[in-house]
Amino acid sequence: MGELEGANMEKFITLTSTVVPLPIENVDTDQIIPARFLKATSKDGFGDNLFRDWRYDKNDQPIASFVLNNPTYNGEILVAGKNFGSGSSREHAAWAIAGYGFKVVVSSFFADIFKNNAMNNFVLPVVVSEEFLAEIFDGVNANPAITLTINLEEQIITNNSNGKSESFQINPYKKECFVKGLDDIDYLISKKDMIERYEIARV
Amino acid sequence: MKTLFDKIWEAHVVSTVQDGPTQLYIDRMYCHEVTSPQAFDGLRNRGLKVFRPSQITCIPDHNIPTINQEAPIADPISKKQVDTLERNTKEFGLTHYHMGHEKNGIIHVVGPENGLSLPGMTMVCGDSHTSTHGALGAVAFGIGTSEVEMVLATQCVFQSRPKTMRLNFHGRLKAGVTSKDLALYVIAKMTTGGATGYFVEYAGEAIRAMSMEERLTVCNLSIEMGARGGMIAPDEVTFDYIKGREFAPKGAEWDAAVEKWKALKSDEGATFDKEIDFDATDIEPMVTYGTNPGMGMGINESIPTLESIDEAGRISFAKSLEYMGFNAGEKMLGKSIDYVFLGSCTNGRIEDFRQFTEYVKGKKKADHVIAWLVPGSWAVDKQIKAEGLDKILTEAGFELRQPGCSACLAMNDDKVPAGKYAVSTSNRNFEGRQGPGARTILAGPLVAAAAAVNGCITDPRA
Ligand code: SF4
Repeated sequence: MGELEGANMEKFITLTSTVVPLPIENVDTDQIIPARFLKATSKDGFGDNLFRDWRYDKNDQPIASFVLNNPTYNGEILVAGKNFGSGSSREHAAWAIAGYGFKVVVSSFFADIFKNNAMNNFVLPVVVSEEFLAEIFDGVNANPAITLTINLEEQIITNNSNGKSESFQINPYKKECFVKGLDDIDYLISKKDMIERYEIARV
Repeated sequence: MKTLFDKIWEAHVVSTVQDGPTQLYIDRMYCHEVTSPQAFDGLRNRGLKVFRPSQITCIPDHNIPTINQEAPIADPISKKQVDTLERNTKEFGLTHYHMGHEKNGIIHVVGPENGLSLPGMTMVCGDSHTSTHGALGAVAFGIGTSEVEMVLATQCVFQSRPKTMRLNFHGRLKAGVTSKDLALYVIAKMTTGGATGYFVEYAGEAIRAMSMEERLTVCNLSIEMGARGGMIAPDEVTFDYIKGREFAPKGAEWDAAVEKWKALKSDEGATFDKEIDFDATDIEPMVTYGTNPGMGMGINESIPTLESIDEAGRISFAKSLEYMGFNAGEKMLGKSIDYVFLGSCTNGRIEDFRQFTEYVKGKKKADHVIAWLVPGSWAVDKQIKAEGLDKILTEAGFELRQPGCSACLAMNDDKVPAGKYAVSTSNRNFEGRQGPGARTILAGPLVAAAAAVNGCITDPRA
């Protein structure tokens, strides 16, 4: 592991929170953050435009029926339908989710690039079974106050409304990054001599 | 016995973290203006230089207007992003094909056409359609901005090794069926998440029979079924395409390169984590009816009924049809459309313009249709004019715009108005992709041409 501490990365070990349910499948990155908001040259402010076109109407008025506008639901965990984050590689999607205040996204399936982008921004994607996901949606439907607990150390997610748990996968390297707040770039930079050796060897 | 993917991947492994990802060496990175500014900021904050500037090519494409490129960009925010790329390339000493430069255009069109993308390479870009370059027999994939920063700083990325999948296409495509139709057909069969976690190799008679540009179209769309990337083993078609291009090897180096490239194929008996066979003769011209690229069908078929969709997917399916203003079970043929977009990194190459022109030659654009014909690069534009395609298009009532991503994602002014239907040769029909409320029907250049002339969804073979 890298010896360098990541800059302003928030460490993450366990989290218990209420959830925001989004029971829609194939939520693509154009919905998470529409292209017209990609023109910024910094990472700030994307949270305000998270799910912009589902959240606000043409006149920038909040759409009451959308879950982010419903005060009943809040929390640091977004729970979404299957195949979350498909489409574009825009890391702005992860910045928007992180910027809004989510620390975890739970789904039964994530698109690859989104998963990497999320982890590089210390948003943890947690993959659960279809059944576990359906029970979260049912639980939060019946009672919006239900909570989930994510224990990263043990790699266990618990639905506190029915006491059921599932273990989830994360590769040990990424887990250490999360727990220690390290980032990949520092690690790669510490390996520069190795990269130079590789370049010489292949010529 | 190794797959093509294994061979290229393994030749680029610098190290593997125990129980963790692979540190993969990247031969070439492309940068565009949208996904790079925060990566350059990151470098500055860490006080770093670009590690291998000669392996990085920067091209603004997403925000570029498609008319009047001679003037500064009117939208101040777009202008700032494009200017920021220029500033960063100057500061860090990188190659930059600015707006209006003869090598400007969509990165995934410019890279192959200049011989920057070559067989056996690893290539990345902060753009999911980087999969396009895999058509040359390379490992090419999209990355996020943090990863762009990694490559700028170290010419490496961390990646977990994907699984491998081979898709075999037996038989040949029928007349009037394009490589775009093949890709939309496969995405519809696989669904948008069906290849997630995999790197896909396309193989079989139908693929071998394709031109290089058709192959670029197929690999371009790999990401739409969730694949990390797509690739095709290089062969004579590939070598003929590359030979003589500006950055391709020359002379003795060329001969040596071709010898090496000939070994880039999956060994007989190599095993893939998944292998699927398709009959290319089953494929018809395709259109999409919904709001993801997996919601496609043969142009003469009907939109699925609600009952035919599995239960968990019905809410999304109904939401999607409501957005599109279509009914479950109905036909798409004959539906009136408002816009046609020919272009993007999927179908913005010369062969796409030839196909479109061939269909509209001697016919007239439907009066009510607004058509945006946007070459993928200035080189494509030049070729269109050299072949006189522009004159045929003008006679048929069309006009050519200037190169860029354009209506593919509508970051410039080419936005389809809310509620309007656009038959688009691009790659994504997501809600709002072509402008807030815009309704996108994805199709190949022939279906787009038939729609432009008839003003409605028409089988181009009819
Ligand atoms: S043409 Fe479209 S898909 Fe291709 S790079 Fe540009 S915006 Fe992305």
